[in-house]
Amino acid sequence: MALLEINNVSKHFGGLAALDEVSFSALEGEIHGLIGPNGAGKSTMFKNISGFYSPTTGTIRFNGQDIQGLSPSSIAKLGIVRTFQETTLFQELTVFENVLVGCHLEAEVNLLDALFGLNKKVQQKANVHALKVLDFMGLTERKDQLAIELPLGSQRALAIAIALAAKPKLILMDEPFAGMNPEETRQMMDLTRKVNETGVTIVLVEHDMKAVMGLCENITVLNFGTLLAQGKPDEIRQNDKVINAYLGGGH
Amino acid sequence: MNKFNLTQFVVMLTLFIGLILLPHYLRYQHQDFMIFLIINVLVVVSYRLMTLTGEWSLIHIVMMGVGAYTSALMSKHMGVSVWLTIPLAGLSAAVLAGLLSTPLFRMTQFYFLIGSFAVGEAIRLAWIFFIKPFGGSSGISSVPSPELLGIDFMDPIPYYYLVLIVVSLCLWVLYRIEKSRIGLTLNAVHWKAPLAQSVGVNTWKYRTLAFMVASLFVGIAGALKIHYLGNVTPHQFGVGSMVFVLIWVIVGGYNTFYGPIIGAVVLSVLDESLRNLNEYRPAIYGVLLIISIMFMPKGLEHISQGLKDWIKTAKSSS
Ligand SMILES: Nc1ncnc2c1ncn2[C@@H]1O[C@H](COP(=O)(O)OP(=O)(O)O)[C@@H](O)[C@H]1O
Ligand SMILES: [Mg+2]
Repeated sequence: MALLEINNVSKHFGGLAALDEVSFSALEGEIHGLIGPNGAGKSTMFKNISGFYSPTTGTIRFNGQDIQGLSPSSIAKLGIVRTFQETTLFQELTVFENVLVGCHLEAEVNLLDALFGLNKKVQQKANVHALKVLDFMGLTERKDQLAIELPLGSQRALAIAIALAAKPKLILMDEPFAGMNPEETRQMMDLTRKVNETGVTIVLVEHDMKAVMGLCENITVLNFGTLLAQGKPDEIRQNDKVINAYLGGGH
Repeated sequence: MNKFNLTQFVVMLTLFIGLILLPHYLRYQHQDFMIFLIINVLVVVSYRLMTLTGEWSLIHIVMMGVGAYTSALMSKHMGVSVWLTIPLAGLSAAVLAGLLSTPLFRMTQFYFLIGSFAVGEAIRLAWIFFIKPFGGSSGISSVPSPELLGIDFMDPIPYYYLVLIVVSLCLWVLYRIEKSRIGLTLNAVHWKAPLAQSVGVNTWKYRTLAFMVASLFVGIAGALKIHYLGNVTPHQFGVGSMVFVLIWVIVGGYNTFYGPIIGAVVLSVLDESLRNLNEYRPAIYGVLLIISIMFMPKGLEHISQGLKDWIKTAKSSS
């Protein structure tokens, strides 16, 4: 079953069509690759799905519901969380606090809770959930460090931990392996698989072809804002258009 | 209770006892000074809650005026007890802040700063322009003072205690909010609004919440001020006063709860002690300000933090 359906989505910036009538679907439970050369419109697609942009035309359905034009926080409430291309964390907060912010939807406190601590259960629930996520992502030992002090690999893991804390059904990952050495990449791939195995669907934007081919069941290829190809990793690898536009360039 | 909390507790207790005893050792003029200083502490601390979201507004002092006018009008013309008009002053400022959020939070950063200034000035002009009910330029005089068990609240000492109690309660509430998950979310909105949004934080809602709570408490501060002064005018809430708030917060530092308090207290005491130097006062004040910004860009709070660390290391090495 398709969890996410993109139908003829276009996004124009003035005269530039960053996305032009793109359609694809991500199936429930899969890791779906979204690839293409720089400037192909991958990040723009993510921003449209997560509500940071609204598409100029076209519809986006999630779980059978139209979501285009909703605000980012409402879309997060429905179960879609994105991560950012540049590692984005609350650098001035501790690792634990970072994940606690991610628990916002899980256990939002109101003013009265905050003042009188009446609803201890809400606080407790958030703390327990945050610790569980930290453990899952292997960050328990670093929980009291400031986010900014973490090595790159842990920063990426934390970015995913924040997203995971929001209990998403779908995570949009924007180049999670960029700048990593092979060992770090391998670890991140394991983590990504582990997240997916808990039942979270993932759409993955990534330039590391080995990682994409190794992780994804289906792949969508964009080029200059248009859909270039779609298929299983093997089909994509052998697709002439893809080889010319993208893989041919030394990858 | 661990060791560190104990020191904190002792410091707070000493401070509190000191504040309770203090007015009896002061001259009349300095009792007045202390009343306004404590009110100003509430002004800066409530302002800091607003800055937690990263937005600096120029409307805070006008919101103080909104509380002041509400309390003055209700107590003088509608015969409502001052004990009721003080909280209602806060409430009215909070409600107005809620209404203003829709246009104001379309802007962020510099545009928000300017937008908040423009809206604030518009409100102040309304007080000057609408003589009925606001009394125009000369404002409202003979504002009643609170009544309770025959205590004379025109006298500074009882009023000092009233202000001390109300402001302490307000500071406690503001402290609890900041240390709660709400405070964490406000910080998150500040540091990375898109990331906060991506995990479901409605950033607009939290900016509005911070603005409303800040206005609530500064509205109460406004009411406390004018029921002591006995009159309210538009000029008490001009941009000049706002600049002082900004200076206190910047010089004190705004990364800790107590930074702005230190700023307000140190600079006010300094200003007061320069009173005899009359014409040189603004110049000296200005020079000190420039020096402190140049040499302590992180604010006075940084010194106390350094002191804390120093005590800690001294303790652990002994
Ligand atoms: N906010 C924007 N305003 C104008 N142009 C934009 C904006 N965002 C993206 N673009 C343009 O859209 C195209 C696609 O960008 P992007 O989605 O970031 O590509 P990718 O992530 O695939 O590298 C680029 O040409 C980029 O310059
Ligand atoms: Mg991109």
